[in-house]
Amino acid sequence: MQSLTAAAAAIELRGIDKSFGAVHAVRGVSLAIPRGSITGIVGENGAGKSTLMSILYGLYRADAGQILIDDRPVDMASPRDAIAHGIGMVHQHFMLVDTFTVLENLVLGAEGGPLLAGGFAAARAELTRLGQEYGLTVDPDARIADLSVGEQQRVEILKVLFRGARMLILDEPSAVLTPQETDRLFEILKSLRARGVTVVLITHKLREIMAVADRVIVMRQGAVVAERRTTETSTGELAELMVGRKIRLDLDKAPAVHGQTMLAARDLSLVDRRGVRLLNGVDLELRAGEIVGIAGVSGNGQTELLQVLSGIRPPTAGQLEVCGRVIDPAHPIDPAEMRALGLAHVPEDRLRQGLVAAFEASETSILGYQDQPPYCRNHLLDVPAVDKHCAELMRRFDVRPQTPGLRSSHFSGGNQQKLILAREMSRLPKVLLVGQPTRGVDIGAIEFIHRELVKSRDVGCAILVVSVELEEILSLADRILVMSGGRIIGEVAADQADERVLGRMMADA
Amino acid sequence: MSLVAPRSVRRPLPRWVEIAVLPLVNVALAFLVVGIIARTIGVDSFHALKLLLVGAFGSSESIGYTLYYATNFIFTGLAVAVAFHAGLFNIGGEGQAYIGGLGCGLAVLALDRYLPGPLVIVLAILAAAAFGAAWAAVPAWMQAWRGSHIVITTIMFNFVASALMVYLMVNVLIAPGSMTAQSRGFAESASLPSMQAVLKSIGIAVAPSALNLAFVLALLSSVAVWIFLWRTSWGYALRTMGHNAEAAIYAGTSIRRMTMLAMCLSGALAGGVAVNELLGVHHRIVLDFPAGYGFAGIAVALMGRSHPLGIVLAALLFGALQQGGAELSFEIPAMTREMVVVIQGLVILFCGALAHLPRPWLQALFGRRG
Ligand SMILES: Nc1ncnc2c1ncn2[C@@H]1O[C@H](COP(=O)(O)OP(=O)(O)OP(=O)(O)O)[C@@H](O)[C@H]1O
Ligand SMILES: [Mg+2]
Repeated sequence: MQSLTAAAAAIELRGIDKSFGAVHAVRGVSLAIPRGSITGIVGENGAGKSTLMSILYGLYRADAGQILIDDRPVDMASPRDAIAHGIGMVHQHFMLVDTFTVLENLVLGAEGGPLLAGGFAAARAELTRLGQEYGLTVDPDARIADLSVGEQQRVEILKVLFRGARMLILDEPSAVLTPQETDRLFEILKSLRARGVTVVLITHKLREIMAVADRVIVMRQGAVVAERRTTETSTGELAELMVGRKIRLDLDKAPAVHGQTMLAARDLSLVDRRGVRLLNGVDLELRAGEIVGIAGVSGNGQTELLQVLSGIRPPTAGQLEVCGRVIDPAHPIDPAEMRALGLAHVPEDRLRQGLVAAFEASETSILGYQDQPPYCRNHLLDVPAVDKHCAELMRRFDVRPQTPGLRSSHFSGGNQQKLILAREMSRLPKVLLVGQPTRGVDIGAIEFIHRELVKSRDVGCAILVVSVELEEILSLADRILVMSGGRIIGEVAADQADERVLGRMMADA
Repeated sequence: MSLVAPRSVRRPLPRWVEIAVLPLVNVALAFLVVGIIARTIGVDSFHALKLLLVGAFGSSESIGYTLYYATNFIFTGLAVAVAFHAGLFNIGGEGQAYIGGLGCGLAVLALDRYLPGPLVIVLAILAAAAFGAAWAAVPAWMQAWRGSHIVITTIMFNFVASALMVYLMVNVLIAPGSMTAQSRGFAESASLPSMQAVLKSIGIAVAPSALNLAFVLALLSSVAVWIFLWRTSWGYALRTMGHNAEAAIYAGTSIRRMTMLAMCLSGALAGGVAVNELLGVHHRIVLDFPAGYGFAGIAVALMGRSHPLGIVLAALLFGALQQGGAELSFEIPAMTREMVVVIQGLVILFCGALAHLPRPWLQALFGRRG
């Protein structure tokens, strides 16, 4: 394929090919990434984006093909080589030591001698310089655990720059960020570009690509199918190129038909051991046949609300009634009992909670239901039944590859999410709690997942959706609650809401 | 993955290489070093190796002893593996086996005059498991409810068990008039039949050895552990907790209860050593019968990759080293008992701590193009 830009290529890939067993993940990819540009890579779940970037970063070895950095062929045998050639990668899942400070994390692996003091002083100076140059400000002495997700990501970027990277690969950096944090990130990326850093950005959010990238590469089933300047394309065209068909994200759903109240929270509060009030008197009602959306800047109690509603943490005050059962601090419940009542939960953080990386997909497909028939009778697992169940989920939700025996961690991020959603929705729950339903999921799958959620609603499921994507809340929900500081600060009917109204409510809080 | 991922994690080896070839290469490396050491102390290494092998497998008697030692290693290896699958590091196999012996012995001493032998044996086996489990339950409880780390508490419980047993044997359980600290002998009917007797009854003649039916119990336990871990919902929940405690909580598993379950099973399995030693061989309670098997179980589990089949194979190797090593030091005085311990240590070193040393070479040989 002819490169669109005449500028010198910082990175060039020629005929890269990679298979995992029977899965042909990357097929003969050739591309050039000009120096000092921001290049977006988009594509469906499992298109091979992460694999391609892992090859470039030396995490995987290509079966065939060549990598050229600054027009010289190089051998990327390990990330060490990649770092030596000035390539840095920020993974979607942060690789930081939670109990260390920013500075300690920064020098980790680059201590500069057996005595830390000298290294620390140099690192501190360098940190200040980088901070000024790129607007990347973080408190060097803060502990990682105390930082917000956006700040942690800044530390990751700093770590990479600290090691002298001139090329930066970011794999779905905005998936975990709030819109405000995403804007900050993009400012940083632009200032990096202004100083000649080459940025490669993988994302599922086409609007972000249009906003920040100069060029975009579209991958489908392991191959590059198109390359565009962002000024000469549109989100619609990109979506169509990715999926190979037209995408309709506007859900035409019928008005909700309300049924009985399935879940009611009254004055629900949660105070942690240090006395921090995480939930502060939440009142909430969820009826059969409706989708209620919870909007809000992340970190305002949404995670804890899901934990309490799903039985993972007991409330410290207030009352919760689920399908007729009353739960309060004196009468706690556990997640297994919640499931027995007919409540299903798609957790926000799929890698930490929703699946076991080392398990086969078929094992992950019964997590939480491992003692339910037909997978299990008299505590004996029926392995063929589990495999069949998993294959069925994979077929219905188009999880790729359709291999129940594959390790869960070997599925692409979006496909893991689809598997978890499939598991929870297939049990036909009465109440469904969904945290970030389409985090890391491609645009075709978003369309599918949204339709499935509406279908569940139409057969009478009561659904609570927590999402940082206002757009998603707006298109899915029948009623929208805005959360801030551990409280519900307002409610709007979906037909009266738009991003401005919600944004104002969130800002006023 | 860290910024600099270790190269080895990037390319998986084919499963059969992982399970069969890698351990064999590890053992071979260990013996290579043993051979060099033997050379330096003036022993012909090939001769020594031959003696070792003949000592372990040369006759029905030596095979019997090899399997008898392996029985103990199977029990303690399984004990460590079950806890390990739950993400718990049980270093207390030694003490759990010891206290299991107390339970086993008390059951026989209390009942062998009143109940028929087979019934006493079954009850004694159950008592060994129950006492082993109870001894593991205390550290488990302390971790689950009080947050005391199980590695520390299980180690300490080994000492407590040892002191307790010495006290009981010297002051309470010692046979009247006996000069050594051991209990009275069990009734003949309440002893586990030796393998020689069992085989003779079906017309197979073998030389007598310490091998007894506990070996069969160990094999059955291996199968049971496999079924439990991979074919029951409890095993599923246990493994979930071991891999990802947050996912286990999400799935509705109580971490506390599962910690208790895993440790109790682990302790019960360690109690199997007492069945082999007391019911099968000594026919009385004796001091110090766990003799380090509890600790060796860690190496056995490590080498067997915490899989029951791997553990049985590793236990056979350790059993063969124990038996063949004894013969070796008997035949060649320069190869003292301490040298045999060195050989065991090297096997543990190469199969445990350095298990991944040959990986890059194997990857070059067998590495999938993937
Ligand atoms: N280690 C592995 N072993 C086996 N298959 C793998 C492995 N890593 C990736 N794959 C497979 O390769 C394909 C490409 O995966 P990749 O992670 O590159 O997709 P992706 O484009 O990043 O998708 P997503 O947007 O969902 O993150 C998928 O089908 C995936 O299942
Ligand atoms: Mg990916």
